[in-house]
Amino acid sequence: VTPSEGARGGTGRQLEMESVLALRGLVLLRDSVEWEGRSLLKALIKKAALGGEQVHILGCEVSEEEFRAGFDSSINSRLVYYDFFRDPLNWAQTGEALPGGPLGALQAMCERTDPGPVTVALDSLSWLLLRLPCAALCQALCAMSRQHACRGGGPAAEQLCVLGLLHRELHGPGPMGALSSLAQTEVTLSGTAGQASAHILCRRPRQRPTLETLWFSVLPDLSLDLQGGPPLESQPHPDPHTPQVDPASHLTFNLHLSKREREAKDSLTLPFQFSSEKQQALLRPGPGPATSRIFYEPDVFDDLDPEDPDGDLDV
Amino acid sequence: MFPELNNLLNTTPDRAEQGKLTLLCDANTDGSFLVHHFLSFYLKANCKVCFVALIQSFSHYNIVGQKLGVSLTVARECGQLVFLEGLKSSVDVFFRAQAEPHPLQFLREANAENLQPLYEFVREALKPVDDGDAAWRCPVLLVDDLSVLLSLGMGAVAVLDFIHYCRATVCWERKGNIVALVHDSGDTEEEENNILLNGLSHQSHLILRAEGLATGFCRDVHGQLRILWRTPSQPTTQRDRSLTYQYKIQDKSVSFFAKGMSPAVL
Repeated sequence: VTPSEGARGGTGRQLEMESVLALRGLVLLRDSVEWEGRSLLKALIKKAALGGEQVHILGCEVSEEEFRAGFDSSINSRLVYYDFFRDPLNWAQTGEALPGGPLGALQAMCERTDPGPVTVALDSLSWLLLRLPCAALCQALCAMSRQHACRGGGPAAEQLCVLGLLHRELHGPGPMGALSSLAQTEVTLSGTAGQASAHILCRRPRQRPTLETLWFSVLPDLSLDLQGGPPLESQPHPDPHTPQVDPASHLTFNLHLSKREREAKDSLTLPFQFSSEKQQALLRPGPGPATSRIFYEPDVFDDLDPEDPDGDLDV
Repeated sequence: MFPELNNLLNTTPDRAEQGKLTLLCDANTDGSFLVHHFLSFYLKANCKVCFVALIQSFSHYNIVGQKLGVSLTVARECGQLVFLEGLKSSVDVFFRAQAEPHPLQFLREANAENLQPLYEFVREALKPVDDGDAAWRCPVLLVDDLSVLLSLGMGAVAVLDFIHYCRATVCWERKGNIVALVHDSGDTEEEENNILLNGLSHQSHLILRAEGLATGFCRDVHGQLRILWRTPSQPTTQRDRSLTYQYKIQDKSVSFFAKGMSPAVL
């Protein structure tokens, strides 16, 4: 690989990851138990914040402290956090709870934002989807982007980017499909041999959807490290693959056929196969009596009865 | 506690981590040995334990605990252990005046929407003691098990909300730990149980999954244990965090060995 090709590949991958944010609209980060997506969510938030955008976060699954860990102070001061972790259902009755529940918070987010590029992070969409009706959530998501576009009064390109963390195993095909249809970009996280991968499906307007796969890791400072391809096989697996064993080796008998034996086997006609040669042989009577003869030597115990044994049958 | 399991998890009672949620699950086998392990582990680690025991009686856990070197009676008397005996107190719900809140109140209500009374019980039980010197190391909530709450009529989201609030209070506010057992029936039709299991898996720092052997019952190998370490929000460079071992349960201990390396076959 020449250096220029490598560099091109590098920028190509960077562009692909940039497009996740650049396309705006709804971005679904679909993770699983084994391949968690929160660190990628935080990495994208960091990118958005460094790009000068306003960032609003609806935090439901982890504490604000835990979520903010890893961001440096300059970025942390730019993040507007709505805490739905401590008391989401208002059990403590302290009166501090945000009115309107999570949907109210989504609406409040739109009202609080200034015109300009905004990134909203939902941690997580799964939390919301389990507690709110799917239709209401989808409508709220649509309303958010409409509202923001109206307030911006600006260019046709959408200014709002909503990053939604979605846990794949928790939802049926219905809600997943509904959210999928609303999303501009879907990032599905998986991996192999200790290396995470992201399958990015982008739906650009008036273009066919594109699917790209990136191998990445998130560094402790929440920057993205993009790798070229799947990891080399030399990495030790936690579950070692048993080597392929040929069961036909080291036998005391021969399972293989030599060339002559194979030819003889192929040219053999099976006894009950009615081929044309057999048909001719049967139609044409043989040249004389059969060549095989049977010799019989009666021995002492044989009972040679000249009478026909079937004589008493009334046939 | 089982010393071999401590080795596998790379932990000892003095070095127990804090602020973690450990999920125990079992599939096609009985994973209650893990519950007994963690109960004795945290009692030995000098933690204050709130045990929501919905499956067995106090004496059952006490008998097993004695084999593992802890006395639940003594722990309960000196205040280290708060024990909610589900089997006994569920009867109390019906003979008590309705006005008094009871942790298992949902059994009495036709449309119990949430497990807030149970959460309030846990919060009260693990309240930090007001005197100056901290008597116990950190609070621990142990639940055996969560799947039975589904069978008793609660929805998966209600149980997830209960654990959410427990996490907020026990793990985050008080830097304690939670250990909960959920059964995995393996049936994709059991939607509620799958939502509960997967939802908790996403929040857990450590998942221990006891599975029966795919080949069926065996006298010398009782099952397989899969250990998965997770960091739900911190990126880690090291991803090699999943291990699988086979085990055999004996009278007072459990022995673990690599797959196929049972002493019976070597």
